[in-house]
Amino acid sequence: MIPAAFDYVAPTTVDSAVRALAEAGDEAKVIAGGQSLLPVLRMRLAAPTKLIDLGRIPEMRGVRDGGDHLVIGAMTTHYDVQRDPLVAEHAELIKLATDTVADPQVRHRGTFGGSLAHADPAGDLLAPALALDARFIVSGMDGRRTVSAADFFVDFFTTALHQAEILVEVHVPKHTGWTAHYEKFQRVAQAWSIVGVAATVRAEAGKIAEARIALTNMASVPIRATAVEDALIGKQATAENIKSAAEHAAEGTSPTTDGNADPAYRQHLARVLTSRALTAAAGV
Amino acid sequence: MTATVEPEVGRSRLRKEDARLITGRTRWTDNLTLPGLLHVAFLRSTSAHARIASIDTSAAKTKPGVIAILTGADLAEEQGSLPCAWPITEDMKAPPAPSLAVDTVNFAGEAIAVVIARSKAEAHDALEVIDVDYDELPVVLDLATAIDDADLVHPDLGTNKSALWVFDSAEAGTGSDVEEAIAGAEVLIERTFRQQRLIPSFMEPRSVVVDPTGEQLTVWSSTQIPHILRLMLALTTNTPEHKIRVIAPDVGGGFGGKLQVTPEEVVCLLAAKRLGKPVKWTESRSESLVSAHHGRDQLQKLTLAARRDGTVTGLKVELLADMGAYLRLVTPGVPILGAFMFNAIYKFPAYRFACTNVFTNKTPTDAYRGAGRPEATFAIERLMDELAAELDMDPIAVREQNWIKNDEFPFTTVAGMTYDSGDYEAATARAKELFDYDGLRAEQQERRRRGDVVQLGIGTSTFTEMCGLAPSRVLGSLAYGAGGWEHAAIRMLPSGKVEVVTGSSPHGQGHETAWSQIVADQLGVPFDHIEVLHGDTQISPRGLDTYGSRSLTVGAMAVLKAGEKVIAKARKIAAHLMECAEDDLQFAGGQFTVRGTDKSTGITDVALAVFAAHDLPDGIEPSLDAEATFDPENFSFPHGTHLCATEVDTETGHVKIRKYVCVDDIGKVINPMIVDGQVHGGLAQGLAQALYEEAIHDETGTLTTGTFADYLVPSAVDLPSFVTDRTVSPSTTNALGVKGVGEAGTIASTPAVVNAVIDAVRHLGVRDIPMPCTPMRVWSAIQGASTAESGIRGEAGGGLGSIDTAGGSR
Repeated sequence: MIPAAFDYVAPTTVDSAVRALAEAGDEAKVIAGGQSLLPVLRMRLAAPTKLIDLGRIPEMRGVRDGGDHLVIGAMTTHYDVQRDPLVAEHAELIKLATDTVADPQVRHRGTFGGSLAHADPAGDLLAPALALDARFIVSGMDGRRTVSAADFFVDFFTTALHQAEILVEVHVPKHTGWTAHYEKFQRVAQAWSIVGVAATVRAEAGKIAEARIALTNMASVPIRATAVEDALIGKQATAENIKSAAEHAAEGTSPTTDGNADPAYRQHLARVLTSRALTAAAGV
Repeated sequence: MTATVEPEVGRSRLRKEDARLITGRTRWTDNLTLPGLLHVAFLRSTSAHARIASIDTSAAKTKPGVIAILTGADLAEEQGSLPCAWPITEDMKAPPAPSLAVDTVNFAGEAIAVVIARSKAEAHDALEVIDVDYDELPVVLDLATAIDDADLVHPDLGTNKSALWVFDSAEAGTGSDVEEAIAGAEVLIERTFRQQRLIPSFMEPRSVVVDPTGEQLTVWSSTQIPHILRLMLALTTNTPEHKIRVIAPDVGGGFGGKLQVTPEEVVCLLAAKRLGKPVKWTESRSESLVSAHHGRDQLQKLTLAARRDGTVTGLKVELLADMGAYLRLVTPGVPILGAFMFNAIYKFPAYRFACTNVFTNKTPTDAYRGAGRPEATFAIERLMDELAAELDMDPIAVREQNWIKNDEFPFTTVAGMTYDSGDYEAATARAKELFDYDGLRAEQQERRRRGDVVQLGIGTSTFTEMCGLAPSRVLGSLAYGAGGWEHAAIRMLPSGKVEVVTGSSPHGQGHETAWSQIVADQLGVPFDHIEVLHGDTQISPRGLDTYGSRSLTVGAMAVLKAGEKVIAKARKIAAHLMECAEDDLQFAGGQFTVRGTDKSTGITDVALAVFAAHDLPDGIEPSLDAEATFDPENFSFPHGTHLCATEVDTETGHVKIRKYVCVDDIGKVINPMIVDGQVHGGLAQGLAQALYEEAIHDETGTLTTGTFADYLVPSAVDLPSFVTDRTVSPSTTNALGVKGVGEAGTIASTPAVVNAVIDAVRHLGVRDIPMPCTPMRVWSAIQGASTAESGIRGEAGGGLGSIDTAGGSR
């Protein structure tokens, strides 16, 4: 439970962090809140020779108003996201999912961007980011580029980030006036999601005008339940309509088998939990 | 002079040990450091069964800071065989149990080499470059097939079966023949239950420090058993017993998991001796999960015979018990402790228990909170619910029809135990009242009628257990290697303060507080004037330590006996000082008073007079100090009624505990707050077996629940608010009237929870769900899939277990 030896640097700007990463090459890793990386290092499942700590870069912290979207600094802690009034107003789905992350200690150390860049398919923030069409601003030696949520998550623990790139901030389109719910299914409070459903809807005159739904841990990456969305839009927000739309929730999923669930059970859960998430989000 | 002082016994005092424990002012073993201290790290087998073809330590020896590397071959001559103190039968088969594997590894996690380095980090770096070549052998994992002996864990033994232990009431003369009862039964309930493998999960990881630089070898260990450890280390390593001192400083929990003589303790002692330098080893949590002994792991085949009116007529129990790869300190005896408890509180006329102990290529099992009795209690309490369902009777009514009535105590059971006291009627009545049994039954009916997605279930457990280990003569009859007495001493200091020395070794139980309360009342000295000393073989030289809910019923009884001797000595001197006859003195509230007068002297005044020794009666030695050793005449039989209500989400299989009520009868209570703490913690662990915890191995024998991300220990958020209460049937076999409570909650609660889960979905056709009742198992059972484990084996869920081991996180 002692990591192999590594060098450690803590730059204070994004540019110097990127430079340090580029110079160190393949053997370097960036560390954000350390809530996923440290256990991996301590179990010696990975042994990078250099850690680049992003914890002292002020420009990567905090939430600000970007006009039609929110800008969430990658190093903003879960605790700060939970309490941010802009997030609550314009991206309630992210707040609700963040509320379910692990325990208070983890939420004080762990970061929004670190969790997304870790890309654990059982992580709770991936599906909300996907549902809200978040844009990932990444910085490398050639400057910054923007990656859509759909493109950012590539595979288990794998993102579109190149070796010498850092996730700097996430732009979340405002969903002001949308209602939301994150339905998390787990065995004990601090366990990972077996399945999670992120749902947010905009209602007009009792009808679902827009719906965005994404699933946690139903494939190697978070996936949108587009068939459910399509089945809902324009319908009255009734229990029957939601239940019938949620029957499509498992379409296109390819969940894994582990000690908690097999694929058939996960797909069943996806349908049940999607129905529940939508029911709560729509206030039915 | 005769101010009435509120008795200490019965007061809910805050524990005097808590301030230092909670604020971190204590020193755990890992906090100790010594000049020149070296650090030990163990290389553990990655294979569950293999011959060690070669171990190459040459690269590791050149790593910075490495002082020495020892393999099993290096220690083969001196490491001996780890002790097993409980050979349950004369023909029991036991393999040699080396601390470091010499030529064969028999479970994944077994220690095979050790690095001693200047720092812990350097020791772990060196582990990385030790190269081991394994020749893989067939892996034996499944209890049910292991007994066919197709593949053998220990080929030299010729079988995987270690021993067969049988109790038969017809042969013992305690009852009739069970086969006749079965043949003539109007109703037969036949079930097979699995007691899954659990991991004790004490909070403080194990830690050992050995200092060889003094005249004695001093061993600090996070252990429940400093006294037993000293003797066993001496015998195992051929070190003179008087040259070993063992200290158990504050110890952060054990639950039986630290009732062990470990390979790590032996190896640290040998390494320190060899190098002449102090060494320290502290395990990581994942090391603890794979290498500290596990608990439970039985396959239980059960047959209950009854009449259609609900009267039980016979019980047959056939067990397979998983020993793991080796027999540790009391491994073979753990299932045998259950032999006397399957009949529980019921008047079975016929009973047979047969247990086959079986080797597998897994971590050895041994004591875990309840040790044998939770397994028995689960089986019988589940069966009683099944009988009630079969006969369409209320589960409590079936129990009441069969249990020992209050006016029948003392009662000798079909297993030959004599229960001294109990009041099952009173505990059950109180529990039903607190639970609102009738109200919840009505709600259950209503939800069933409505076809509610969330169904309500009610589970009952009217448990008893045998604890307070143990009468030495009984242990002898069971071939246990030691007695069951306990030792204590009381030292009266000249200033009137009191030192109490106890041989039982607390690791979270609150001995310091409880013993002080008892002695304060007995000697009439203030609670704060008493210091309780323990856990060091030099300070407390005699003892048999803490396990089996024995500390109060045996250990505190020794304290009480020592106190009686102190008072007797003081009485002689007080009589001398006040120039009266001893018989004229009465002792109360710390004062010797001459009957019929206001003349008195305090016991602390006597202590000062004894210290001065200026004026003592002839032939009286100048000391009030006294020692006592107490050997109980019987076990202690706490009981209680536990009622659990669960809400089962029939769409997802999720189980929520809606209400949990327990009314325990543990005889007289010294400190209600400590008792509540014991009950709450015990319930949490029992509930965890029902719903959450399970040690899972994959088909190669690798433990896949190797971190707390996968081995699910519930936290406070996952548990309900417990409603606890007590009835009091004082024990008639000890002067304090007390019964053990340390294991009661764990023993009682598991079947209450599982019964409640089944009860919620029985109307859907479910009659069993294997433990732990995970959402998928509950859902699958409802789907009518089967009661099997739905094909899910060998892989842990989510979390760290799903991290890509090749590249880690990317």
